[in-house]
Amino acid sequence: MTRLLASLRIALRALMVNKMRSALTMLGIIIGVGAVIAMVAVGSGAKRRIAEQIASMGSNLIIVLSGSSTSGGLRFGSGTVPTLTVDDGKAILNEIPSVRYVAPVLGGGAQVVFGNQNWSTIVNGTTPEFLEIRDWFLSSGRSFTQQDIDGATKVCLLGKTVVDNLFGGIDPIGQIIRIKVVPFTVIGVLAPKGQSTQGQDQDDTIMVPLTTAQKKLFGMQFPGMVRVIMVQATAPEVMKDAESQINDLLRQRHRIQPKQDNDFSVRNLTEIMSTQEQAANVMTLFLGVIASISLIVGGIGIMNIMLVSVTERTREIGIRMAVGAKRWDILFQFLIEGLILSILGGILGIGIGMIGTFIVSSFTQWPTLISPFAILLAFFSSGVVGVSFGFYPAWKASLLNPIEALRYE
Amino acid sequence: MDSLIQVRDLVKVYSLGEVEVQALRSVSLSVERGEFVAIMGASGSGKSTFMNILGFLDQPTSGRYLLEGINGENLSRDELAEIRNRKIGFVFQGFNLLSRTSALENVELPLTYAGTQSSKRKEMAQKALSEVGLKGREHHHPSQLSGGEQQRVAIARALVNQPSILLADEPTGNLDSKTSEEIMSIFQRLNRELGITIIMITHEPDIARFAKRNILFRDGKIVDDHKNSAPTIAGGRSELK
Repeated sequence: MTRLLASLRIALRALMVNKMRSALTMLGIIIGVGAVIAMVAVGSGAKRRIAEQIASMGSNLIIVLSGSSTSGGLRFGSGTVPTLTVDDGKAILNEIPSVRYVAPVLGGGAQVVFGNQNWSTIVNGTTPEFLEIRDWFLSSGRSFTQQDIDGATKVCLLGKTVVDNLFGGIDPIGQIIRIKVVPFTVIGVLAPKGQSTQGQDQDDTIMVPLTTAQKKLFGMQFPGMVRVIMVQATAPEVMKDAESQINDLLRQRHRIQPKQDNDFSVRNLTEIMSTQEQAANVMTLFLGVIASISLIVGGIGIMNIMLVSVTERTREIGIRMAVGAKRWDILFQFLIEGLILSILGGILGIGIGMIGTFIVSSFTQWPTLISPFAILLAFFSSGVVGVSFGFYPAWKASLLNPIEALRYE
Repeated sequence: MDSLIQVRDLVKVYSLGEVEVQALRSVSLSVERGEFVAIMGASGSGKSTFMNILGFLDQPTSGRYLLEGINGENLSRDELAEIRNRKIGFVFQGFNLLSRTSALENVELPLTYAGTQSSKRKEMAQKALSEVGLKGREHHHPSQLSGGEQQRVAIARALVNQPSILLADEPTGNLDSKTSEEIMSIFQRLNRELGITIIMITHEPDIARFAKRNILFRDGKIVDDHKNSAPTIAGGRSELK
């Protein structure tokens, strides 16, 4: 123990003597560890954002869009022509066992007015299941019920963005707003959900009972038509089955011949999102690997300087051996020097990495996440670098012949 | 078996590439406790090789060397280091002190490797320094000390572990004659008052005259070994302590 402490003191003194050299050597490790911390923080930030978006979208979500229309040779996008009906939704719910909830949606843009304020937003007519599917809660008030659907009552739920733009401080519950020209009573406010994957503001929306939307807002040539049917499967494992069963069921219901194209499309959003999550994982790994390379380069810097230091201090090593230093004493003395450089560099690097992460995220608005795991890993690997790259010079020093070392000029 | 040092038929051969150099050719010698021996010889006579073997820094090619009955043959590097640490004190021509390290810490060095406690180390090092007349200069660094003072720090370092022998390789080689005499006076006093056995290499006959026994090496052999009936008494400052 005494010898250990003595070795530590000797190493510290040797580092203090060559302050500039020690600092520059450490810089390699500082940059390496800092890069690891910052890169991993950027990567895991992206990963977390995607995970949050998946959560905000609702789990096990399948979206059925009504078909594309063809007019004079031009084909329009999905959802431009309502080919889906409320009955399609009911059939999906009743005939496919792996489906838990179904919510038909009929929506469109509309101008809304309250007092002297007005705002343009998306109005969706749907059923109460919609909120279940999207894992969406109310921050105040109540949701609409089956009675509201049956009676096509003029009630609505407002997204946070709409509330902010129309009400500014006033409690919206119980107030009357006009959507297009129709007056609606506000019965609830939706909890904020933030941006969607595509960057849309999910809170800029109003929900009304499906029947009300059909009869009062978006009157159709064909009653019962909807643009979208949201479906929630019971578990992630059955998503694929549910997808193909919905496809088969709707082809059958719409009497589509085997060679004809679908007049609807089925999308598995969760799958798309998990692909993005995997991409983020790969990116994190990639950034981490690149940063690790700079850590290794820092380690080589330590080895280089330690080799120089051993050569410079050959005579000192000879003196120490002559007065009774064992191989282990010399080995440990130099190993500890390398270790101090790398550990101290690691600690400073963690600090630099955190500052760097902060700067990156404040300039680019990227989400970043510094996990304690990443810090521990960076610290640990700087220690490993110190030992592995410091070992060779230390080992070389310990093998010196004392007579030759004493004679060294 | 009573002799402190017993050397029998010691041979050392260096092979420099294809050429073999016989540094020592059958050297036999014994040294008793309390002796003060000067080994003389021209450079290349094998005296430094002999000293390295006596100091367990080197191993003989053949022959036998016993220090207090300990045979260095077949011992590992670490075991030899331990013998050097406990039994031998070295004084070199170039002082060989650690620069940027205070006199006190230089003297503490052998104790550090012996695993002595910090407070005990300081106490013993301070005692050794006052023994060579450097009380009050403990915290000076080698660059702040004169050559004679540096050599005295080296002597203190050699003494601090209470070794069986003190081996000095040209201890006055880098010093002027006045300072050399001071160092010799310290050696004589340590030998006389503390009974420390000293073996010293020198090529200066004036310095050898301070020792009680003179041995002459030539071409790897001892050609002369005689007692010095009336060694010169050195009158250095340390006598006034």
